Amino acid sequence: MLTKRIIPCLDIKDGRTVKGVNFVGLRDAGDPVELAQRYTTEGADELVFLDITATKEKRKTLVKLVEDIAKHINIPFTVGGGITSVDEIADILRAGADKVSLNSSIVRNPELLTLASDAFGSQAIVAAVDAKRKGNSWEVYVKGGSEPTGIDALEWMMGTEKLGAGEILLTSMDRDGTKAGFDLELLNKANSIVTIPVIASGGAGTIQHCCDAVLQGHADAVLAASIFHFREIEIADLKKEMAREGISVRM
Amino acid sequence: MIGIIKYKAGNLASVSNALNRLGADYFISNDIQKLEQAKAIIFPGVGHAAAAMDDLRSKDLDVWLKNTKKPVLGICLGMQLLYESSEEGDSTTLGIIPGRLKKFDSAKAKVPHMGWNKFKPLKEHPIINGIGDKQFLYYVHGYYAPTNDYTLATCHYIQDFAAVVAKDNFIGVQFHPEKSGQVGSLLLQNFLSMIK
Repeated sequence: MLTKRIIPCLDIKDGRTVKGVNFVGLRDAGDPVELAQRYTTEGADELVFLDITATKEKRKTLVKLVEDIAKHINIPFTVGGGITSVDEIADILRAGADKVSLNSSIVRNPELLTLASDAFGSQAIVAAVDAKRKGNSWEVYVKGGSEPTGIDALEWMMGTEKLGAGEILLTSMDRDGTKAGFDLELLNKANSIVTIPVIASGGAGTIQHCCDAVLQGHADAVLAASIFHFREIEIADLKKEMAREGISVRM
Repeated sequence: MIGIIKYKAGNLASVSNALNRLGADYFISNDIQKLEQAKAIIFPGVGHAAAAMDDLRSKDLDVWLKNTKKPVLGICLGMQLLYESSEEGDSTTLGIIPGRLKKFDSAKAKVPHMGWNKFKPLKEHPIINGIGDKQFLYYVHGYYAPTNDYTLATCHYIQDFAAVVAKDNFIGVQFHPEKSGQVGSLLLQNFLSMIK
């Protein structure tokens, strides 16, 4: 049986891992390659690296980091943050990443999603959606969650699937960094309208939150950062508890 | 020395990193004369079947692959291309193993089949030595190979499909051993041991 995936996320700034609350207030959380190796040993199913300061000048540094990560770990990983072109995607995949995640650039230029999935296969293209609750719906935000777009998040997720995304990384901006639990209603709605895997992100604080994301939100994978970085929850403990709740996990 | 086939659909960095970790000698090439010097071939692949076949044909690698007597390990799309045809782009593939690749029904479950899954061995074979129905391997694919006489192990997602296949000197694995942690390394090590 296909297992639900546990995905530690490493936010990268100037080559270091950092983590903020509600997209701001960064704390240093260590060397990304060391952390990646630790997570792999501890049973992470995949890893996500988001370069939160990605600029054109820093792109080369990121590609180097990706090469370094790929040399050291033997599980799949995704790289995202400020990627805007097919050439940049090619550089990152060639460096050894399995997938790239695209966010602001595909909102601005949806055609990039199709170009990218045609060139590299949809399995390599993750649509990252930052969604913020607005009344009874959710609005897509871009630029690291700083800019509202007026686009309905659920409609946009359906759009990304049609355009060629192979997976969706869905972050609740209301919950991100709060440890108050995932936005289960958002997850549930997203999973009822798309047929590609959805990674739940934003709000993980307890083991129960992660179980709820799968059992109630029907997420295919659960992503979290600080609970793993600061060893508040061990991946092995999380998986044991998920298995006890009847969730299929890789032990 | 292992020759890794270089073509558009290759996941070359991952495969070469995995071989580096195992201390294996390899080179990457799309030149038939160079590949002829290899003891065994790894045929990786991610992406679209039709695009991959076009690229192989443009370098005559399709004909060479079909006729080689060297041990060949096809990974993911590389495994799928060993079959006769695929629903993906309605493409004609290498035709080494009988069967047509079909698309998973997205009305029944999420597609692609993405993540860690177990397989069920049907036959003994050195490539799956030490790997049984308890270990997990990493899969990511939207099309699946039907089971037939050449299937060594099946995986289940929506229905049973071929996870490991072997015919003559050709072996194919649907999962990504280069991305499947220790279990994947063991499978690659098995391949290296087979060609010693």
